[in-house]
Amino acid sequence: MTETTPTRGIDWASPETSSRLKARRRRQNRLKYAGMVSIGIAFLMLGILLVSIISSGYSAFVQTHVEIDVFFDPEAIDVDDLPRSNFNAVLAATMQAQFPEVEGTAELRRLTGILSDGARWTIRDLIVENPDLVGETVAVSVPVADTYDQLYKGFIDRETPEQFRRLDDAQIAYFDRLVEEGRVEATFNWALFFNADSRFPELAGLKGAIIGSFYALATCFVLSFPVGIGAAIYLEEFAPRNRFSDLIEVNINNLAAVPSVVFGLLALAVFLGWFGMPRSSPFVGGMTLALMTLPTIIIATRAALKAVPPSIREAALGVGASRHQVVFQHVLPLAMPGILTGTIIGLAQALGETAPLLLIGMNAFITSAPATPFDSSTALPTQIFIWADSPERGFVSRTSAAIMVLLGFLVMMNAVAIYLRNRFQRTW
Amino acid sequence: MSIARAGAATVLVMAASANMAQAQGREQISIVGSSTVFPYTQAVAEQFANVTGAPSPIVESTGTGGGMQIFCGGIGEQHPDLTGASRAMRPSEYQLCQENGVESVSEALIGYDGLSIAISRSNGDEWDLTLGEVYQALGAQVPVDGEWVDNPHETWSDINPDLPDSEILVYGPPPTSGTRDAFVELAMLAGCEQLEYVESQGHDDDWIEQNCSRMRQDGPFVEAGENDNLIVQRLNADSNAMGIFGYSFLFENLDTLKPVLIEGVAPDENTIADFSYPIARPLYFYTKNAHRGVIPGFQEFIEEYMSEDALAPGGYLSERGLVPLGDDRRAEMQDRVINAVPMDAPAD
Repeated sequence: MTETTPTRGIDWASPETSSRLKARRRRQNRLKYAGMVSIGIAFLMLGILLVSIISSGYSAFVQTHVEIDVFFDPEAIDVDDLPRSNFNAVLAATMQAQFPEVEGTAELRRLTGILSDGARWTIRDLIVENPDLVGETVAVSVPVADTYDQLYKGFIDRETPEQFRRLDDAQIAYFDRLVEEGRVEATFNWALFFNADSRFPELAGLKGAIIGSFYALATCFVLSFPVGIGAAIYLEEFAPRNRFSDLIEVNINNLAAVPSVVFGLLALAVFLGWFGMPRSSPFVGGMTLALMTLPTIIIATRAALKAVPPSIREAALGVGASRHQVVFQHVLPLAMPGILTGTIIGLAQALGETAPLLLIGMNAFITSAPATPFDSSTALPTQIFIWADSPERGFVSRTSAAIMVLLGFLVMMNAVAIYLRNRFQRTW
Repeated sequence: MSIARAGAATVLVMAASANMAQAQGREQISIVGSSTVFPYTQAVAEQFANVTGAPSPIVESTGTGGGMQIFCGGIGEQHPDLTGASRAMRPSEYQLCQENGVESVSEALIGYDGLSIAISRSNGDEWDLTLGEVYQALGAQVPVDGEWVDNPHETWSDINPDLPDSEILVYGPPPTSGTRDAFVELAMLAGCEQLEYVESQGHDDDWIEQNCSRMRQDGPFVEAGENDNLIVQRLNADSNAMGIFGYSFLFENLDTLKPVLIEGVAPDENTIADFSYPIARPLYFYTKNAHRGVIPGFQEFIEEYMSEDALAPGGYLSERGLVPLGDDRRAEMQDRVINAVPMDAPAD
């Protein structure tokens, strides 16, 4: 025999082996690229979402204002009943002084339409606060009406034939004259954060929604945090392992997956129907959200308690601590960072929840912010819902701006959760 | 331990204060009802709160039917004071009100609303449809060669050779919407009635209601959700698509959208008010008269709603797209509603 075939070992140089190897590497690469493509798609979608929201929403952070010289005419102002004076007449006279050539009440009213409807309340508040202003002329900066705001921001095409435009040539000419005189300027839109809702886009803000969301989340936290931790401690540390506790565990996991709208229906029937609690109030909203957040907190807390090594419990028991002392003095403090992270993520989820709040009437139109958790109000996601449905152009950008504010809060909460996790994480 | 104890204490305190808050009387006016009337009620509510300094009324958009259910739920501060409606109260709803002790209800007709069919201005064709053509484009079943069959039409020229040879694609409201109810009643059923087939077969109204109420589900009619702004965006993106929505949305977007004429008439303030534009409907609100004088500011709110400032031509509601009533009718309504004249039971 001149040739010997090796009985053991592999001939790495043989063509079969190398083709098999190549196939293996190809498979591996395919998997890698598939993963990269998935991540790419996810980033692309996120990018599209952010770009579309920011591109339509950035303009809402700026609001066009016009400076007018208001003369508080003693004839028009009722000194005995200041708040009820005819401020429309004051504004009309102001605009008349600015544009002396305009004649006729109808035309003058169109001219005054450049100013936001809120202008008369601005000057009312000014004079009520300081009654000495009667007879004086004061320069006041007021927001312009939404259509003029859109014009100044370049969203109304001046090339559009006049009859299809929201503003005709004469109205644009009036506004352009104000611009030339340097009376018009675009400033940061503080009203977006410090005004409550309004039917006028230039006056509408998120104050009511932000406060409503805050009250709802506070209620949700106060209810779900202690109850959730209590349930988790019992299940993890004290409950006997039997079919009953298994049943509870399965049900908690199932509850975490129940669609939120179901909790809304439950709240509508139980909280509003049986208990007769006030409709549209952030307190009831918070209770509803607490139902939803509870399973999340219980699951996160149990995971955090499980992660504490048994040696710590055994050591504490060994030196004579009671089980109660073991839990509250050793296990719980060590598990706290994990619990807090889970809680914050649960609350962040609750903050963005819309469906259950719609069912308990938190999508109402209210022009004042709630003073207590029992007053009616909206929440951030339901405010977005209301604005998205409004016909005025200005609300299109404000809807996106409200989404950006909501995303901002979510990112902040998640950042706190990540910080807590990294800061206090222990490895054993 | 201390955390748990503090938490439990807070829960108890909050629960107790919830009961207290509830025991106090309601200070704000509570309003429910149609999403079509919602923007007008919003406007009145804001005006009312600004002028009087009273607490801002709570306005909720529940839809006409849902609003009636809550409104007729009973007397007392947990029940709303006023409901908006995009159709008149039905006999069954009036019955429900009576059964629950809501005996005196005033009906206020505030104006009219048109439903527009619109298309992008970048579409080159002049559109003028009859209601019959609208039905043949969108109905689930239509007559073809004397047979009542599933709608086969794919392009407008399939229906009438004079119409443009472009695909039928219409975005409209979902079945949960009051706008959809109104569209079916005012456009689809009326259009069905116009068809030669229906006439020649001698079908009556019951037959029409049973067979012509369904919109087609095979693609050309797209239910676009309750959000009309979304439909407007779709139309701007696709110049062949049409959209169905309230007149106020067309009014706000006249620079990019144009109306499809119906029977040769374009929707505007005049044609909607005199019903020469066929897809128009009246808008109402209903007041619970037992709550007047009990809920603070309720009577004043009704007066503000019925005032000339709000309802007259050029008033702040017409600026938002409400088509006002004629002078006589308006004066009659103001008189009846402000003086809390109860409505009669609606006829079947």
